[in-house]
Amino acid sequence: MSVEQLYQEIILDHYRVKRNAGLRDPYDVEVHHVNPSCGDELTLRVDVVDGTISDVSYDAQGCSISQASTSVMSDLVIGGSSEHALELFDGFQRMIQGQGKVSLDEETYGDAVAFEGVAQFPARVKCAMLGWSAMRDALLRVQAGVKEES
Amino acid sequence: MSDLYDVEAVRREFPILARQIGAYPLTYLDSANTSQKPQAVVDAIADHYLSHNANVARAMHVLGAEATAAFEGARTAVADFIGASRSEEVVFTKNASEALNLAAHTLGSRLGPGDEVVVSVMEHHSNIVPWQLACERTGATLRWFDITDEGRLDIEGAVRDGLINSRTKVVSLTWVSNVLGTVNPVAQVAAMAHSVGAVMVVDGSQGVPQLPTDVADLGCDMLAFTGHKICGPTGIGVLWGSYDLLESLPPFLGGGEMIEVVRMTGSTYAPPPYRFEAGTQPIAQAVGLHAAIRYVSALGMDQIAAHEHDLTAYALEGMSHVRGLRILGPTEAVDRGGAISFTLDGVHPHDVMQLLDSRGVAIRGGHHCARPLHDRLGVQSSCRASVYLYTTHDEIDRLVEALDYTGAFFSGRLATTGGVR
Repeated sequence: MSVEQLYQEIILDHYRVKRNAGLRDPYDVEVHHVNPSCGDELTLRVDVVDGTISDVSYDAQGCSISQASTSVMSDLVIGGSSEHALELFDGFQRMIQGQGKVSLDEETYGDAVAFEGVAQFPARVKCAMLGWSAMRDALLRVQAGVKEES
Repeated sequence: MSDLYDVEAVRREFPILARQIGAYPLTYLDSANTSQKPQAVVDAIADHYLSHNANVARAMHVLGAEATAAFEGARTAVADFIGASRSEEVVFTKNASEALNLAAHTLGSRLGPGDEVVVSVMEHHSNIVPWQLACERTGATLRWFDITDEGRLDIEGAVRDGLINSRTKVVSLTWVSNVLGTVNPVAQVAAMAHSVGAVMVVDGSQGVPQLPTDVADLGCDMLAFTGHKICGPTGIGVLWGSYDLLESLPPFLGGGEMIEVVRMTGSTYAPPPYRFEAGTQPIAQAVGLHAAIRYVSALGMDQIAAHEHDLTAYALEGMSHVRGLRILGPTEAVDRGGAISFTLDGVHPHDVMQLLDSRGVAIRGGHHCARPLHDRLGVQSSCRASVYLYTTHDEIDRLVEALDYTGAFFSGRLATTGGVR
């Protein structure tokens, strides 16, 4: 597995022009997630209207993998249901922790397929998961009716 | 200096340095994180386990006597190595963090509201958090040395602001910064601390492995360091303290071997250093540390310091030509250790690290357990390359080449850097 395979063109594209970046109103829940080992930080907001994710906005500092992964995730989940987003999370996590043995359905996951290479680099799994974990946390808070981050 | 210092002979003592990482030879530039181990250290640990293993102090048999002699022999070797006046001043701990926690916890027993503890913004978290905890517990106030724009300790500012004053009870400062490489004027600060009756604690985690150490020259009352950064094993650290100070302090952890008499109504405690060594100690690790001290002493700490100085100057010069590279900390090899932190424009440290790793170059990326310093420098994180006694000029060349490659990889494929933070 070469480093060029890790840094797929799609990943670098999302790193260069991040989709849905910036913090926006309105939102239901805002969460702040960090990766203590490298100092990556992410503030992420979700807005859910009638069970549909109407917006995911975020402010992030971090490496290309974490930035691009958050960008791809936001594109995938906006406009879909919370349940669908949580299912996408489960599948993405299974793949990223699958040490290269689990692949994603390209129809369902689109650009996120580019992160299959990350699964071969255990040190970068946390980077790829940062945005996804924050999204999941935020949606679970919305479902639980928790408005503020504890 | 380097003419006499045969780095190739040194490298033959470290089998790991012959490793290939994919198609590339290993270029290990992460010694400020942990050093590699020479054969002699690994052999000493193996020999201890295979031929002399027993618990110390309490086992009344031949092996117990041998293990005790080995453990106490390590203590004496450490004392000699750092110029301590007696071996009872050397307390073994798990690592430098535990040593600093021991210092903060026991010295903390004397603190109260209105008292002040002084650290610096360039400290490793292990010389910040224990003091924060001590201050939270006691109501004392934590105050900070700032740094100058060049990354040196701002003594002038400290004097102007009356940082060290009659309320100061403890000053705890790193000897050599693990990020900036800055060598601090510890003796000068110790004199400032002593002039107000404060205790001077020094974090020697980076300093002791790199520079000849003499606690009297440092002028401190306590010195913490760790074994694994000086070619020794993990799992052992040292807190040196002047005997009178140690004798006046309460215990840290309770348990076996740290007591004098235990009764149900209360216990009395052993004299130093045993008062601070509860439970079975890192015996094999002490043996390994002893071997490491023998090893670096045979090379000569002066020679090691000169070699590192030479390599650091060479690296600073080479790195200054890499496009978009900014060095954090002194850019001249004056009063400077072998850790060089830097940022590369438009490329996150994690990505730099990954690209370098793909060419066998091992460095560290992140905040290096010094988040307040990174906040002070206005960067979220950085990369760090660090040299040691086995580092070569060729390795520095490979680092610089890999950094050029990394810059080109990202700027070439990222046509604009506008979206990159």
